[in-house]
Amino acid sequence: MAQKHTISALVENHFGVLCRVAGLFSSRGFNIDSLSVGETEDPSISRMTIVVGGDDSVLEQVVKQLDRVIDVIRVIDITQGAFVERELMLIKVKADTTTRAEIIQIAEVFRAHIVDVCPRSMTIEVTGKNDKIQAIIGMLSSFGIEEIARTGTVALLRDSAVQ
Amino acid sequence: MELTGAEIVCESLLKEGVDVIFGLPGGAVLPFYGALSGYPQIRHILVRHEQAAAMAADGYARATGKVGVCTATSGPGATNLVTGIAGAMMDSIPMVAITGQVPRPAIGRDAFQETDITGITLPVTKHNILVMEVDEIAQAVKEAFYIARTGRPGPVLLDIPKDVLAGDRRPFDWPESISLQGYNPPGEADELQLSQAVELINQAQRPVILAGHGVLISHAYSELKELAEKAQIPVITTLLGIGSFPTDHFLHAGMPGMHGMAYASLAIDSADLLISLGMRFDDRVTGRLSDFAPNAKVVHVDVDPSEFHKNVKATVPVLGELKQVLNQMLPLVERKTHVEWLQHIDTLRAEHPSLYIRQTDELLPQYVLKQLSDITDGQAIVVTGVGQHQMWAAQHYAYKEPNSLITSGGLGAMGFEVPAALGAKVGRPDKVVWSIAGDGGFQMTMCDLATAVENNIDVKFAILNNGTLGMVHQWQEFFYDKDFFATVYSGNPDFVKLADAYGIKGIRVTDKTQVASAIRQAMETPGPVVLDFIVKQDEQVYPMIPAGESVNEMMEEPITERIF
Repeated sequence: MAQKHTISALVENHFGVLCRVAGLFSSRGFNIDSLSVGETEDPSISRMTIVVGGDDSVLEQVVKQLDRVIDVIRVIDITQGAFVERELMLIKVKADTTTRAEIIQIAEVFRAHIVDVCPRSMTIEVTGKNDKIQAIIGMLSSFGIEEIARTGTVALLRDSAVQ
Repeated sequence: MELTGAEIVCESLLKEGVDVIFGLPGGAVLPFYGALSGYPQIRHILVRHEQAAAMAADGYARATGKVGVCTATSGPGATNLVTGIAGAMMDSIPMVAITGQVPRPAIGRDAFQETDITGITLPVTKHNILVMEVDEIAQAVKEAFYIARTGRPGPVLLDIPKDVLAGDRRPFDWPESISLQGYNPPGEADELQLSQAVELINQAQRPVILAGHGVLISHAYSELKELAEKAQIPVITTLLGIGSFPTDHFLHAGMPGMHGMAYASLAIDSADLLISLGMRFDDRVTGRLSDFAPNAKVVHVDVDPSEFHKNVKATVPVLGELKQVLNQMLPLVERKTHVEWLQHIDTLRAEHPSLYIRQTDELLPQYVLKQLSDITDGQAIVVTGVGQHQMWAAQHYAYKEPNSLITSGGLGAMGFEVPAALGAKVGRPDKVVWSIAGDGGFQMTMCDLATAVENNIDVKFAILNNGTLGMVHQWQEFFYDKDFFATVYSGNPDFVKLADAYGIKGIRVTDKTQVASAIRQAMETPGPVVLDFIVKQDEQVYPMIPAGESVNEMMEEPITERIF
């Protein structure tokens, strides 16, 4: 499995910046696993969290090419540092009277929330690191997964790790 | 005082010292033109195709070091600029392109002559701005010029909707200063990087300086000369670095790469240190990376950190602005000689006469360029298109001064020869400007001969006319079993008659003996002149290192005569 790196970039909240970054990745052939973006405490600045696949030399180019973009303020590869990462997933799984109880138990184990129930399915909201998300998908797949919507990873360096 | 958006653009351009714009008007940009006509301090040069506007702005920027400015209307006008903008991006040329856009309420509704030009140019601009408010214009213009000309220069596009240009009168508020959080061009180099680099330089036995475009951008010619002379290090100039070091200097060791001189490629092959100054190890220079400079450590000085380790792993990268870095380096570099190494290169030069022109009665394109070089004493500005003629121009003209070869390197855009020459002459009216054209590329942008006539731009156009798409034809000769499909032009116009149709003097040269007198006649004729040199077909550019190969597979011209 290829190495994965988590990159956190602060960007000016200007028209087109998301496009420019996405375009940069595709034109240089970088492999985006996930990309999530949202405003920070300063509404004129957004944070992009990008999970990229590739070895160290690819990562070096990714960071430098991102940094080159005028609207990108700062780029940090947080993979090596101590960071907090989370992703939110909504997962709609087939559920009927015979399976509902077991699914609810699984959800409890993962501290997930049931956010929708209907006669034939159930929608569950889960938050956690990538491996937790993968694990619950694994547990639920035997029931039949109808749909999945994931936000992609967001991450922040732990304060103890910030220089 | 309250001004319209268009007037604010004009005032901002004045603040940035702009005195010439190349452009072609249209609906969306008409308010700008309306204001511009009231600003005689800014000369507007009307082109015949927007591609010429962008390429002329490029040629102007390369010749003068100033930011080149071009303008076009929305939709097709803007898209016609893209090739010129992409060329400026690849070669790091400071350019600002101003395009009109459909009015704000119409954006996104497939309006007449609407294109998302900011979206289209995202990958080929250093930065671009869609200006949605009149109050944002002055700041946007100031930012655009600052970004275009600093750090690693590049093109910036300003897209301004028609109603922003025409509308609301607002006060003109020229910002005192700008600071961009995400943009901080480097200055001096870090002490540690510098000392590590200098240590390698002082220890090297077989060092080579690779001087690229960065030397010209940074005006670091005297520093380069001082470094080379102090430590007696041979200097190899890339295509875009030509002119940064005098071609007739004893330390100049040619041009590297696919069509570089054999001795340059062989010198790199046996070097133990490459001192790369403002060059980016483009694939035309390196060939197969695994066999490029196999015995050399690399000191890589560049203002753009993304170039470090991108193609070639640098032993010591040095981030900084080249002129400043060289000034930091010079006191630390030891004065020394490399007598054996220089002798070795001289031997290579003698054994591989890459610039030898065959003695024949046929009119060879290489001969034309050599004659031009001798007659102008290497003092002209030479602008080329792309192809065989471009390579011969790089090889056979003896460039003495910086910014004397203007050529589309990274993008390799045919048609560059005509408009870029116009831009260069407009920028440097004091210099003799020669446009060296292939008959293929010339036909792409020859409509702008009209621009030369209308503005009396004194460029001498030399068409090396072999009736073929030369370089492509050469590849078919070597690599596609001589399957000359779609590379022979049988419908070329009579270029002398064409010149005459534009009211320009045209001179046809069919014989080797006429070349020198034709060149002199052209130079003595005031105004633009077109020379149609009917040159020998099926000439190949030598040496050639085929794409993806290395110096070990270099092909040199088979020489049958005794020349020693």
